[in-house]
Amino acid sequence: MTEILISIFLLLGGFFALIAAIGVLRLPDVLMRMHASTKAGILGSSLILIACAIFLAEVEITARVVAIILFLMLTSPIGAHMIGRASVRELKKPDPAPQKDS
Amino acid sequence: MTPAEFLDLSIYATFVMVMLSLAIAFIRLAKGPTLGDRVVALDMMTVSIIAVCGVVAVATGVYAMLDVALVLALVGFLATVALARYAERRDARKKEDRW
Repeated sequence: MTEILISIFLLLGGFFALIAAIGVLRLPDVLMRMHASTKAGILGSSLILIACAIFLAEVEITARVVAIILFLMLTSPIGAHMIGRASVRELKKPDPAPQKDS
Repeated sequence: MTPAEFLDLSIYATFVMVMLSLAIAFIRLAKGPTLGDRVVALDMMTVSIIAVCGVVAVATGVYAMLDVALVLALVGFLATVALARYAERRDARKKEDRW
């Protein structure tokens, strides 16, 4: 029964990772690509790591998996925010009125 | 089909899907028109490699791969922040240049 559970988590994680990559390839804009890569990508790798924790079933492994998932969920919005702030001026460039830099 | 066989099959399928996502993110890394696209693709590749580490840990039972995944998450975050800072500074320095 645990094997079925691990398989379901693994397949869901791989599916979400694939969807995230397709979104990074196909969406038209930097901000939309970032949306795909941060949310769906983190979800996919988190599901695969949860499958790993169920499969190995030890306390250290589970603590490590929880640390990795917490770290990913903590740092991914910060990175996405910084990339967005760096590239939002590039997106605003065709504006006729010049933006004042702060 | 026994549950163990189904687990083996789903490990193979997950390997294929995660490697495919790595390859697709690499296409965006090679193609990306701006520096921000490339940074996003590199971030996506880091997350995919963390997923690969998890699948390898399930497939072989080598749980040291989880340490690799933890360090990779740290280094990937630092790389993203450094590249984003670089892009921002570069954008602020030469404002009318396009890359």
